[in-house]
Parts: sequence; C-alpha cells; structure tokens
Amino acid sequence: MTADPKTVIAARAAQELRPGEIVNLGIGIPNLIPGHLGADTAIYLHTENGLLGVGPRPEEEELDPDLVDAAKRPITALPGASYFDSASSFAMIRGGHVDVAVLGALQVGERGDIANWAIPGKDVLGVGGAMDLVVGARRVIVTMTSTTPTGEAKLVQECTFPLTAREAADVVVTERAVFRVRDSSLVLTELLGESTLADVSSVTEARFTVELED
Amino acid sequence: MTANGLITAEEAVSHVKTGDTVMVGGFGLVGAPLTLIDALADHSDATDLTVVSNNIGEPGKGLGKLLRQGRIRRGISSFFTSNPEAVAAVNAGEIEATLLPQGTFAEAIRAGGAGIAGFFTPVGAGTLLADGKEERLIDGVPHVLEEPIRANVALVYAARADELGNLWYRHTARNFNPLMATAAAITIAEAAEVVPIGELEPESIATPHLYVDHLVLGS
Repeated sequence: MTADPKTVIAARAAQELRPGEIVNLGIGIPNLIPGHLGADTAIYLHTENGLLGVGPRPEEEELDPDLVDAAKRPITALPGASYFDSASSFAMIRGGHVDVAVLGALQVGERGDIANWAIPGKDVLGVGGAMDLVVGARRVIVTMTSTTPTGEAKLVQECTFPLTAREAADVVVTERAVFRVRDSSLVLTELLGESTLADVSSVTEARFTVELED
Repeated sequence: MTANGLITAEEAVSHVKTGDTVMVGGFGLVGAPLTLIDALADHSDATDLTVVSNNIGEPGKGLGKLLRQGRIRRGISSFFTSNPEAVAAVNAGEIEATLLPQGTFAEAIRAGGAGIAGFFTPVGAGTLLADGKEERLIDGVPHVLEEPIRANVALVYAARADELGNLWYRHTARNFNPLMATAAAITIAEAAEVVPIGELEPESIATPHLYVDHLVLGS
C-alpha cells in the first residue's frame, strides 16, 4: 500500500520543527503537521490574523465566531496565548520573530524562488500574507507534491508563475525527497520511502546536487 | 476627538460622502462592523467609494452588499478572492483593484494614522506587486517604497466600548480595527456593548478614545 503523499510530506516536515519554535502554518498540507508532532515537540503556532498560541480545532460547543485562523476556520487558543492587531502580527513576521513558516507552493525555482499566490491567466487578486511570510520568517519550509495533478514538475529551473519572493525557500519537502537550498542551489539531502534518485530526477526539472544525510 | 454619546447607525453613515475613501475593519466578516455596513447599504446614497478593507466581504454579505449596489469604485485590499463577485467586478472593469501584501496593507494604514509618509519593506520586491513602485537596495536587500493609506471615514468594530469611545477588542476580531481607527478623518466605532466610563480596565484599552469620533451600538 502506498502512503498518501500529503501525509508523507506533513510527517517529514514535522521533523523539521524544533521544540520551542514559533511556527506559522499555511493552508493545506502544513495544516496536517500538528497531527505528526511528537508529544515533546512543544511549538507555538502563530496565525497572522492576530494570535500566538493556536490550539486544536474546537468541539461544536466551543465554537467562537471571534476566534478563527488565517483561513477563517474556527480554532481555539491555548493557555499562554496572546492576541494582537494585524500590524503587530506582520511586524512579528517581517521583523524575523517568527522562526518558521511552512507553506504550500505552485512552483519552487532551483535558487529557492517561490511562486504560490497566482497562476498566469487566472485572477491575480489575492495574496494575503504569503509574501510577508516567505520574506520575513527566519526559516521557510515548502511542502508540496513533486508534480501537478497533470504531471508537470513543480521544482523548476525558473518559476513561470508570478513570484511570491526570490530565493526565499530554505527547505522543500515533497513526497519523494527533502531538498535544502544552500548557497542559492538546490541540494537533495534525503530520499523518502521507497523513492530512488531516478524517481526524483524524473519528476524534477530543477537542477540539484545530492548530499545524502543520515 | 471623543465620542459624544451614542448615535444611530443611520446618523453615523451620513458622514460618508460620494467619492470618499472608507476604511472598514474585519478579517473577512470576523470583526467587521456589520451594523454600520448594513446602514451604509440601506440608508446612504454615497457612491463612487474607495473601500480599504482586507477583503471585500462575501457575496451579498458585509461589503459584498455595497459591491452589488455598484457603489464601490475602487478596492484596496490584500485578498479580493474571498468574494468571487468582487473578482468578477474587477475583471469586468467595474471596479479598480489595488492589491497589497497583507502586512504591507496593515503597515500602510498604521503609517497613515501615525504620520509616517512612507516606508521601505522587503516584502513584494521583485514581484508583480512592486510594479511601478520605487525600489531601493538597503543593506544589499531590495526594498519597495510603500505609501501610507488614510481615509475620510473609518468604520470599525469592537466587542466593548465605554461611553468616551475607548475600545476593547475580543480575540481575533481585533485584526485591522485598531489600525483603521487611527487613520481616518472621522472614525465611527460599532460596539456590541457600551459600558460606563471607568469600567474598562485602562491597560486593556487597545484604542484610546481620542481616535473615536462616533459610537454606535451594534448587534
């Protein structure tokens, strides 16, 4: 049985987070990460609409219309949580006080460029906090499947979609491999599951070197 | 200024004039001053409005009502996409859209209220959203010059106000409200509850009353 690619990605990305870190999780795969954190990995979740200390999804009776995440879905707040306005929230992000942003992407370029907010020919009318997060967070982890549903590579030499930011990605986790961006170059550091180098190469348009780590 | 007693929502929105720039608080509908927006939709003829809000409501809800009435000329926002009708209106050339990264949007409003004439941010540099803006290399990093945003009228929402107009926000309904309260010639606050002076703990007041010109009891 093949594991669900998104589960594989979320589980591996969870291992990138260190206890005590302040983390902002994007919509999609990043939101699966809390389910894969060990009990001893105490991280603090930041949501850009104004809360540090995001807790689990509420039970029906705990629903509070004033308490949502950046996707406008209901959340809870943990003991020790704090609320703040949007300028303060983005000052935290831009000012480098958020340790990690984990987000999805449409394409990542081989120098770490990220495209995750607009598809050419489609409406370019929503960016939200994506640009602020990839520029401001100290470490940016991209979680994405290696190809589009129609089989096109998402790790590319140059992004053809509108950029979110240049050279912003530090780590890219796909269902097949972990890549790190070092000196503006992509380095494959880990193969996931049964993946082989040939598998990864067949779905990767970007150029990369290989430095497998234990 | 100081809020001088409660006024009705209908009275409050009479301050909005045709051609005005209006700031509206809220992250989507969370923390949006829905009573004031409804009053603007139902009891005002002001049109040709520039709306500064993180989203243009949802279809037929919040600012989505004003959009359906064809009274919005331009939107300044970080996420039009949450209202497909706003996106359609932009594509049809019915409204003009200015898209900003959310942190830049927030900071531009903060700057507008704080007397700052502009700021350089690394966010957006080298992207479509920097088109036409001055870029400068600062410490080797490309930055974009962003201008402050001010408005004629700000409509904000707070869970609680006192009779002076001091505002207390609840949970993530705070978002852009305290910023917008500072950045308009006339600030109108909608509060779900209005308490006597002295009942709000001074340390918990996020918007001191000097920013608030009018107070309306909301639902």
